Amino acid sequence: MNPILKLHEKDNVGTCLRKLEAQETILFDEFSITVKECIPQYHKIALKYIPIHNPVYKYGQIIGLATEEIFQGDYVHVHNIESMRGRGDKKEEC
Amino acid sequence: MMLKGYARENGTFGIRNHLLIIPASVCAVEVANRIAVKVSAISLPHQHGCCQMGADFRQTVRTLTGFGCNPNVGAVLVVGLGCEGIQADQIAHEIEKTGKEASFITIQDCGGTTKTVEQGIHIASKMAENLSLMKRATFPLNHLILGMECGGSDPTSGIVANPAIGIASDLLVSMGGSSILSETTEVIGAEHILAERFYDSKERAKFLDMVSKVEKRALAVGEDLRGSQPTPGNIQGGLSTIEEKSLGCMHKAGNTTPFLGALEYGEPVPTTKPGLYFMDTPGEDIDSITGMVAGGAQLIVFTTGRGTPTGCPIAPVIKITGNPETYRNMEENIDVNGGKVILGECTLDSVGKEIFEKMIAVANGELTKAEKLGHKEFGIYRIGYTF
Repeated sequence: MNPILKLHEKDNVGTCLRKLEAQETILFDEFSITVKECIPQYHKIALKYIPIHNPVYKYGQIIGLATEEIFQGDYVHVHNIESMRGRGDKKEEC
Repeated sequence: MMLKGYARENGTFGIRNHLLIIPASVCAVEVANRIAVKVSAISLPHQHGCCQMGADFRQTVRTLTGFGCNPNVGAVLVVGLGCEGIQADQIAHEIEKTGKEASFITIQDCGGTTKTVEQGIHIASKMAENLSLMKRATFPLNHLILGMECGGSDPTSGIVANPAIGIASDLLVSMGGSSILSETTEVIGAEHILAERFYDSKERAKFLDMVSKVEKRALAVGEDLRGSQPTPGNIQGGLSTIEEKSLGCMHKAGNTTPFLGALEYGEPVPTTKPGLYFMDTPGEDIDSITGMVAGGAQLIVFTTGRGTPTGCPIAPVIKITGNPETYRNMEENIDVNGGKVILGECTLDSVGKEIFEKMIAVANGELTKAEKLGHKEFGIYRIGYTF
């Protein structure tokens, strides 16, 4: 079983079915991904480059926006993506 | 398909036969608890029932009344203090309309704690005796109302456990039963997909309005929802945003079954029109389950990624995890191991069917792990202040 699960063709992140180690190379969809940093089990890995402020796709749907440039193989989580909903902290900007 | 349960006077069927002692307000909780212990009944400890206003007051009344009316309850004693906002006699009379035995007492009328406990035991013992004589009778599956919940979610919930109960829910509805998707907060970011499955435009608008109101309430706090939703445990498990959590949560409602309507918290599921419904409950598990059971759900299925022990005072709760490590860690609390799918040992379809078979067995009397462990969590969703 491939350790990375991509749920929808549109997705730019995948779910790691096991803990991935830094520098590990995984063959995925006929290309290989080098894991940039250790990623915990069931957390997300970037399958391709995501520019800052661009949407992050899982289930073929937008789950948030990149808060910094994300490169293929990067760990994707709260440190580099943010929600667009329920942002009372950004209320004045809306 | 036929099931075995307890026939109620109003044509509904219970899958349990509980005697319920309802405190009308927080002031009557201790007395209600003491009566319940003495007659092996179930009490509903809560912190509300007085100095509430408007929609919030009505919601608390609807929840307490709904618990009494739920077909899993055979008889009810309401215990009040006497002077509180929610009056014990009104709750009892509303429950009595279902045809089941419902009575009330107040601490101020009885003359204090000791006399009220004595009087309560006297009334409730007779009720317990009557209930003990009831036998299960066969009833068609279309009387079964399922409530669906997810809590302590992690990414395996959206990938395995929620789609698996979606399969079981689709199956139940296709056979004539009813099912409820809940947790409005956990619809934020997925409402555009679910809205397409409401064919009645009025109900669709009601559903979207419920989601919008919850988001506005969160925005009014002036902070980022993240940290509250998703919770610290969700985040530790790997969920990054409310959108990601919601897009996993929505799979509980299956793929194709249309939504017949959007119900208020604790609003009765229309027994004349079985099918899939949405109910406006919070993401917090206990309050959400309480709302669905107040709406008439006799059975709850609950998916968890991180693991949780939650039960309900009057409805069996079947727990499912999609995370094999969580199943190993908390097997004591979890009924169905969906972690086998992640490990490639079985298919999602087979776990969906396993959940459906478990639902039927539990409806017919098999105890869930939460029941065996005595879990009876109860919480009323408040939408206003206490004055």
